[in-house]
Amino acid sequence: MKLLEIKDLHVNIEDKEIIKGLNLTIDYGEVHAIMGPNGTGKSTLASALVGKPGYEITKGTVLYKGKDITGMEPEERALEGIFLAFQYPVEIPGVSMINFMKTIIDARRKHKGIDPLSPVDFLKLVKESGKLVGINDKMKGRAVNEGFSGGEKKKNEIFQLAMLKPELAILDELDSGLDIDSLRIVSEAINNLRTTNNSFLIITHYQRMLDYIKPDYVHIMNEGKIVKSGDKSLAIALEEKGYDGVMAKN
Amino acid sequence: MADEQNKVIKDFAAKEYEFGFTTDIEMELAPKGLDESTIKYISEKKEEPAWMYEYRLKAFRHWKTMKMPDWAHLKIPKIDYQDLHYFASPKNMPKYESLDEVDPELLETFDKLGIPLEEQKRLTGVAVDAVFDSVSVKTTFQETLKDLGIIFCSMSEAIKNYPELVKKYLGSVVPHTDNYFAALNAAVFSDGSFCYIPKGVRSPVELSTYFRINTAGTGQFERTLIVGDERSYVSYLEGCTAPMRDENQLHAAVVEIIAHKDAEVKYSTVQNWYPGDKDGKGGIYNFVTKRAICKGDNSKVSWTQMETGSAITWKYPSTILKGDNSVAEFYSVAVTNNHQQADTGTKMIHIGQNTKSTIVSKGISIGQSENIYRGLVKFGKNAHNSRNHSQCDSLLLGDRCGAHTFPYIDVENNTGIVEHEATTSKIADEQLFYLKQRGLNEEEAVSLIVNGYAKEVLKQLPLEFAAEATNLLSISLEGSVG
Repeated sequence: MKLLEIKDLHVNIEDKEIIKGLNLTIDYGEVHAIMGPNGTGKSTLASALVGKPGYEITKGTVLYKGKDITGMEPEERALEGIFLAFQYPVEIPGVSMINFMKTIIDARRKHKGIDPLSPVDFLKLVKESGKLVGINDKMKGRAVNEGFSGGEKKKNEIFQLAMLKPELAILDELDSGLDIDSLRIVSEAINNLRTTNNSFLIITHYQRMLDYIKPDYVHIMNEGKIVKSGDKSLAIALEEKGYDGVMAKN
Repeated sequence: MADEQNKVIKDFAAKEYEFGFTTDIEMELAPKGLDESTIKYISEKKEEPAWMYEYRLKAFRHWKTMKMPDWAHLKIPKIDYQDLHYFASPKNMPKYESLDEVDPELLETFDKLGIPLEEQKRLTGVAVDAVFDSVSVKTTFQETLKDLGIIFCSMSEAIKNYPELVKKYLGSVVPHTDNYFAALNAAVFSDGSFCYIPKGVRSPVELSTYFRINTAGTGQFERTLIVGDERSYVSYLEGCTAPMRDENQLHAAVVEIIAHKDAEVKYSTVQNWYPGDKDGKGGIYNFVTKRAICKGDNSKVSWTQMETGSAITWKYPSTILKGDNSVAEFYSVAVTNNHQQADTGTKMIHIGQNTKSTIVSKGISIGQSENIYRGLVKFGKNAHNSRNHSQCDSLLLGDRCGAHTFPYIDVENNTGIVEHEATTSKIADEQLFYLKQRGLNEEEAVSLIVNGYAKEVLKQLPLEFAAEATNLLSISLEGSVG
């Protein structure tokens, strides 16, 4: 059984078809990158996978751990281990990072039928995860994303990822808004979090992030479909020849 | 999304009131109705001195000349003042020497409310005065406080044992002529709490009162008087609950606070009177006058309130900043659900120089409720260099509720600074989705957002109370989902 199997996926936003028959299989322990020009449906795919309202799956199936998730609520998908690092993380004023983290960690544990994390273990986890991502104590003391810079918000997404340890992490344009040093730190954190039991789906415009996180597969998406798949060399070819060049060869 | 949210909000509305049980205790009731003989009955039952009876009578005669106010943004059904009992007390109530003598059923009621007197006394160091219907049941911790010279007892005891103090301060901040409900309260008040903190004493424990309305068809009229003498400090807490009944019950309390020179009084309340059912049937009418005076220089009063209960709330805890350099604060979270109506806010009357006041009001409206902030900031002509900062935020859940803000500003001195900020917001779908993507269901997500929204106020509450308030906030929002 694969971790994720997408078959002939069609997604509409307000009756307009954005994804038009997409197929993708991700196995445990794999890192996949999806690249492609603007407006080809990359972020739509991410939103549809996590069940964002307004993203209507009109056809096809999405099997996650062998189970079709297309009818599941967003929170059920999350509790089953699907995590989205948002392109634009949202501010939750007044809710402290610590309170937020404890709440989401315990929600996940409750779903698995285990007791809430003890405060001591929780704070240990916060410390470890924070260190991994380069989150300082000052940031931990603030409200969720409130007043964070673009880069801090992105770091905070990976902080949460490190805390929650999902099986499937979808990173939606994580590199946008990150300076080169932060990108390196965040990428290293992700590399550290890679195991044989979890998988990553990286959505990006540029291959620079893939210099740090080596994908097992690279897919090129255009007009709502994956038009070409290959290994890391495909991303490099993209960098040299551009989308038109790579797709023309097809 | 909007539909889904409305569904959850409807489910919130279906949540039942947790403290809606009644206690089966034999009660002694005054006959229904209100005339001079009722005043006499109450005063006699309470074995009051003549001056107290005179005071009540004067107030009653004044009340008869008054009309119920109608300026609030509230729909108040007609109240038949002749159809109420004005006094109710558990029958055969002797004067207790120890808690062991208190009716076990009564103690059980307080246990259900989470106020085990004995436990509180021993473990938490909170001194509790519990008022059941009209009579103060037992004030714990009295001896410990007595050693410091702190007086914390029921109002009835205070009238008997400390008549000079009561005579001096009762009605000094809220005179019986102040308003309709204050006049009514002065005439028929049943019991309440009295605190006096002597000069230079800091109360080592938080003083706490719980009010409970039990008997059907009764009104409850407590009278609370808190006096902080020079250089003293006290933190006072008040909590309230009532059983679920189809009829409406009237609660018209008066709270007076006096802070002398360099004194600080912190007053916190978690008001959770029965709000009525989801169709708006039943619930408490909470018509309360709370007022403090910063009488001496450098004195400070802060009000913190968390209002989740009552069918109708009419309440404006206010402060008169008379002493120079005095400071007043008002922090409020008011949650209205279903058909609840709340018209609440504060008045900051600056009289002295260099006085400073802060107002932070957070309204949360759910269901078909109406949530109103009404506030007055007044700088008198001698209030040189005074400052006020007001922040009034409203959060709307769903599309059938209302939030209104009525700020009045009256400045007669041009050296002061008044700032007023107001926001109205709805919970953004993006916020909800973000939290759901982290594994929280709609209800948990809304609860987290609302707690964050109210945090600025909740953090002002004393620690033990803060946990209770956070819990209460979740309960107020809780639905049948999940």
